[in-house]
Amino acid sequence: MSGFLGFLIDGAMYAAWLFLIAVGLTLIFGVMGILNMAHGSFYAFGAYTAAMAVGVWLGTGRAPLVSYLVLIVAGIVAGVVLGALVDRGLLRFLRGREPTALLLVTYALFLILEDVIKLIWGVDPYVVSEPYALLGSFSIGPLSYPNYTLIIVLAAVLSGLALTWFLQFTRKGKMLRAVIHDAEMSQSVGIDVDRWFFITFVTGTVLACLAGALVAPTISVVPGMGVEVIVLMFAVVVIGGLGSIPGAAVGALLVGFVRSAAVHYWPEAELFSIYGVMALILVVRPKGLFAAPEPRKI
Amino acid sequence: MTEHRFLVLIAVCAVALLAGGWLLPSWSFVINVAIAKAIAVLGLVLLMRAGLVSFGQALFYCIGGYTAGVLATNYKISEALIVVPLAGFLAGVVGFLLGFLMRRYRDIFFAMLSLAFSMILFGVLVKSADFGGTDGFNITAPTLFGMRITGQARFFGYAFAVVLLALSVIAAWRFTRTPIGMIADAIRENEIRVEYLGVSATRSIHVLYTLAALLAGIGGALNALTVGHVDPEMAFWTTSGEFVVIAVLGGAASLVTPIAAALILEVIRTFAYQYAPNAWQLVLGVVTLALIVFLPTGFAGLLRRRREVSNRSAADAVN
Repeated sequence: MSGFLGFLIDGAMYAAWLFLIAVGLTLIFGVMGILNMAHGSFYAFGAYTAAMAVGVWLGTGRAPLVSYLVLIVAGIVAGVVLGALVDRGLLRFLRGREPTALLLVTYALFLILEDVIKLIWGVDPYVVSEPYALLGSFSIGPLSYPNYTLIIVLAAVLSGLALTWFLQFTRKGKMLRAVIHDAEMSQSVGIDVDRWFFITFVTGTVLACLAGALVAPTISVVPGMGVEVIVLMFAVVVIGGLGSIPGAAVGALLVGFVRSAAVHYWPEAELFSIYGVMALILVVRPKGLFAAPEPRKI
Repeated sequence: MTEHRFLVLIAVCAVALLAGGWLLPSWSFVINVAIAKAIAVLGLVLLMRAGLVSFGQALFYCIGGYTAGVLATNYKISEALIVVPLAGFLAGVVGFLLGFLMRRYRDIFFAMLSLAFSMILFGVLVKSADFGGTDGFNITAPTLFGMRITGQARFFGYAFAVVLLALSVIAAWRFTRTPIGMIADAIRENEIRVEYLGVSATRSIHVLYTLAALLAGIGGALNALTVGHVDPEMAFWTTSGEFVVIAVLGGAASLVTPIAAALILEVIRTFAYQYAPNAWQLVLGVVTLALIVFLPTGFAGLLRRRREVSNRSAADAVN
């Protein structure tokens, strides 16, 4: 019984982490048509920035509880700077290129960022586990979990709800949906499409960096952490349907529980089960679970 | 380019490579690895001519490598003349079977599904105790015509790789002259019009995919025999990514420039690992980016543009 409970809780926590990163990826694709291969590197960038900031903060010996604020601010600042830089300096000039060309552009960006991270922070791991241990833990039956993991779940739920609310129930959200539907048409009725692209890309980057910042205390931040994350995120967003936020949620839950089940009941299958599910979904529904059908264009 | 001129060009390049390996034996290993990659990239280039970017060629590269490894270690068959074609054949068969699925996908979905398949193999190999898990396993030195390729005889292994590359390029070039090979450009431009003309785009893509799988398998086997070791990293998505970068740098319009790109990259990488291990990918990324932004057809495009300019000036002179 405790095994099953463990499977459920682990699955949910893993899903929350997946969703937090994947939602930015799917948002950027939905609006701009860019499948961002550098998204994992954005996540790593956020983790490094936050780990360094918290390390500095704790080094000064001030109130350790404030380190949570430092964590979040560091993630947001890293995301805004990086996102703005990439969009204004590069993607702005490549609007309207075909999706595969943009895929290669972000792959090149991924290569660049991997080394930039190494050049800035070196190759030694960063460990800042203080914020993780500080909150204590809770227990369900015989199982004990650190309270910190709840923060990640909370952040995932909040970001998902906030984005859905914005897109569905606000005036600005309606404008953004118009851009998603038909960028050219939106431009012609006076919506500043380029500005929306910029805002979307920065938001997506902030979400990735924030996820990295929140995860940083729970892991040791090492070079190459983005390399493994990005393929996982592809599985999540492709399963749900590229560009769909509910899709990303369903994809995250599916991948989260599949991996958790594999870890608990069949450890050998941990990695390939995720990609097995991804391939299976793509075979049955080529555009993912939640993607709208698209007319063929001549 | 006429067939005659093309064959002469390939022969000259092959002789140059052989001479290079003979004069600089210490570099022959690096070039050998580059040749293995170049053969895999050749297949990818064929696919890219049809507008399909596969982020999963590592699947077949790894199948080729592990086939060579298993044959040499478990079945004591280490004759390169048997191992390499067999590995290519097996990868081709897997490619043919997966092709029934892959041919229905385009654009990003083609890239993602191919990536998923290669990551499945990676996931299986990482956890398989029989194949040494994440460490992989070592392979005994191969033989060529029954002669063991070690020490002084290493040059013959190198020559085998060069000949294999030359044959692969000629075969790929011949293929681009067949109706299916020629239709690839048209598929990239407009698939529906191709179908209206009465040609099956899906079937052409299936053939291209199978061929690309076969070439990647041959490349993987050659890599395994050269390095003497295989590990799951061969199937990881970054391996596929590297092939894509090489193909983009070379440009999909030509078959020779991607090979040059593979060779040059491998040589630069050897130096970069020594002098700037943490900035190598940075440089590679910047160059790739610059090429996509300023020169979408790769180095091949540069050559062609110069030729067009000279043709035009020649035409002007006549007028």
